[in-house]
Amino acid sequence: MNLFDLRGGIHPEGRKNLSAAHPICALPVPKRLFIPLQQHIGAPAQPVVAVGQNVLKGQLLATAQGALSSAIHAPTSGVITGLGDCTAPHPSGLAVPSITLDSDGESRWIALIATADPFQLTPEEISQRVAAAGIVGLGGATFPSALKLNLSHGVQTLIMNGGECEPYLTCDDRIMQERAAQIMQGIQLIAHAVAAQEVLVGIEDNKPEAIAAMQAAAKNTSVKVTAMPSMYPMGSEKQIIQVLTGKEIPAGGRPADIGVLVHNVATAFAVQQAIVEGKPLISRIVTVSGGAIKVPCNLEVLVGTPMQELIDFAGGYVQPAARLVLGGPMMGQQISNPAVPVVKGTSGVLALTTAEIGQAEPAPCIRCSSCVRACPVGLLPLEMAAHIRTANLSGAVNLGLKDCIACGSCSYVCPAHIPLVHFFNYAKGDLTAQERTKLKQESTKKLAEERSERIARIERARAEAAAKRKAAREAKERAAAAKLTTEAV
Amino acid sequence: MNPIAHSPHAHAPITLSKVMMTVMMALIPATLYGFWLYGWSAVMLWMISIFAAIASEALVVRWQGRGVKTALLDGSGVLTAWLLAISLPPTAPWWIAVLGSVFAVTICKQVFGGLGQNVFNPAMAARVMLLISFPLEMTTWVSPVDGMASASVLGHVKTELTRGISMDTSLVGHFSMLDGLVGNRIGSMGETAAILLLLGGVFLIFRRIITWHIPVAMMLGVAVPALLFHSIDSTHYASPLVHLLSGGLILGAFFIATDPVTSPNTAMGQLIFGAGCGLMTWIIRTWGGYPEGVAFAVLMLNAGTPIIDHYVKPRIYGRDRKGVALPVKKG
Repeated sequence: MNLFDLRGGIHPEGRKNLSAAHPICALPVPKRLFIPLQQHIGAPAQPVVAVGQNVLKGQLLATAQGALSSAIHAPTSGVITGLGDCTAPHPSGLAVPSITLDSDGESRWIALIATADPFQLTPEEISQRVAAAGIVGLGGATFPSALKLNLSHGVQTLIMNGGECEPYLTCDDRIMQERAAQIMQGIQLIAHAVAAQEVLVGIEDNKPEAIAAMQAAAKNTSVKVTAMPSMYPMGSEKQIIQVLTGKEIPAGGRPADIGVLVHNVATAFAVQQAIVEGKPLISRIVTVSGGAIKVPCNLEVLVGTPMQELIDFAGGYVQPAARLVLGGPMMGQQISNPAVPVVKGTSGVLALTTAEIGQAEPAPCIRCSSCVRACPVGLLPLEMAAHIRTANLSGAVNLGLKDCIACGSCSYVCPAHIPLVHFFNYAKGDLTAQERTKLKQESTKKLAEERSERIARIERARAEAAAKRKAAREAKERAAAAKLTTEAV
Repeated sequence: MNPIAHSPHAHAPITLSKVMMTVMMALIPATLYGFWLYGWSAVMLWMISIFAAIASEALVVRWQGRGVKTALLDGSGVLTAWLLAISLPPTAPWWIAVLGSVFAVTICKQVFGGLGQNVFNPAMAARVMLLISFPLEMTTWVSPVDGMASASVLGHVKTELTRGISMDTSLVGHFSMLDGLVGNRIGSMGETAAILLLLGGVFLIFRRIITWHIPVAMMLGVAVPALLFHSIDSTHYASPLVHLLSGGLILGAFFIATDPVTSPNTAMGQLIFGAGCGLMTWIIRTWGGYPEGVAFAVLMLNAGTPIIDHYVKPRIYGRDRKGVALPVKKG
């Protein structure tokens, strides 16, 4: 297939060989699970269980709140022991509302409704079942998948993202090798649900076994499995679309604007499980890796499992871990508390050594423009950072701050070790806060205006009523006076 | 556990000092050749330049109340002094080197705010300051062959032209392509050996410290007008070869004009900048008062860098060249 060029991009050291050869292995069910109510973009789910209640594996624990939300199910059977807070899988380490579930060790499923011929289902039924199964994008963005299906009906091209361009991560690589048939069925179900005309699977060429497995599974189907050059950030939505179709998403738009829908390959597996076997999304594949981990591996982990259990299963540390990261090293988040739970969007648990991080004190920018060459979007990171440094947000926006995909390529290549992408995320946060304040002020102003208008209206009505009453009284008086006059005459 | 850091949690194995060291490595062959040609006086000049740069930078940084160690460890001051030293006449007196180095790192760099803040290339600004202030010391050349005082190729043809002697005649016995390539000609300490400088330049491109845009554009910027005018009137206009292999053109194209701080940051901007440097060099050499124009040309284009960067920006993904979002095209 004809591929298009990616602008910029970098070649970080892959280090996928640490875990790539380890087949997926199920992590034993932990004694206690902490299941956050927000594991997706959008509103947190609403609990439908009570403390002390016994639940079965796959039972609904919390329902979606509105369209941009997702349901959450019990990862195993047991008893609900708490509806409270747990530490968020986020650098802030703040508390998030969550459900605590103590496993009974029996893993008893609820009654599952299997579907013999899933392709008889209508697109609406598929998207309803995907929503009911609590499926979100497993590539890391955790956007509710059903909503994406609903918004993308009738797209020309369905792209399945098997890029996995983040270093270290091999979870998608392994799932494509080991569960290609189910993934392919999931892909066809998604294609059926959105009535896509063509289906492309993009896999980086550093995963030859996965490509071979997917190509074998795609035989006798119209799905095209394509090897893409290994380059970061190939697995980013905008970039994979550009490389496979040559199209660009208009600024501020969505893939559907150019007739494209992108899903992760692991999401396709979850869709297949939900539609064909009736299983909700309660587990995912997580790569446990990094120079500090004794036996890097790929684990099938129940949502809500504390990160420490994964590290212990992988044999613990062989070297002191300088940094614990959830996700990949390029865009993942540092975690300070290893008790945080694995959530639906957790692709990796990394324990990195000082040497792997390669951190150094930031130095002055020498305008070498390595960042300009690395940027896959065509931005000028050095200029944007200079504007943000002087709190000139509008200057940074004019240079394309809102188009930044936060891939971190600029920070990675900077010889001065300037945390460029940190500047951009900080500025984006500031911008959001400013916009929110502005909206608030505008709505306050609108309310105040409405109030004074309302008061004026009431005053007017009162005055009118008073005038009417006065006129009526005067008319009455005049009539009475006239009567008196006639009587006198 | 370390304090919370933002992603990425990995970094390319590069630092500022590694960048500076790589450029210095690329300069070693041409510099050693200069030492070999001119002997101990050249070595001393080089050492004095670097020492003066380190000492004055340390002093100024201390005055500013900044960390002396971090400011010196990046190696940018040493590199500036090195570039200045190899663009001085090998027999220049020691105080020329001291003055130039101190001027370069303090007035041209630290006064602007230190590394990365200067508008003009410090080595070239210092060289031009010296040339204007001490024209005699800065234009006294000796031949590397016999050690006799002599004039450079560009200086010689310029003088001869004013005496009405045509260029075809004046160049005979004064320019040979082979001498120009190996550096067996009159000139600054490290600017003459075209082959060794090219070697260093290609090494820098290969190591991705610089890109090909500025050097290629600058050489074309000289060669294209030279070819045009030479083919029209060879008695008044030197051939592209003479231009490329004399003065400090190769040194300037690969090591001076490519200074990241003072050059544009997009590929297109760098092409414009490089071509401008080349064209200005050719204009100054051809019609200007000075026989050599690389330093002046680079400084002029340094001043133009902010304008080039203002107008030349890459197209952003999902937008057209004007920054307007691309149209929505479903299906």
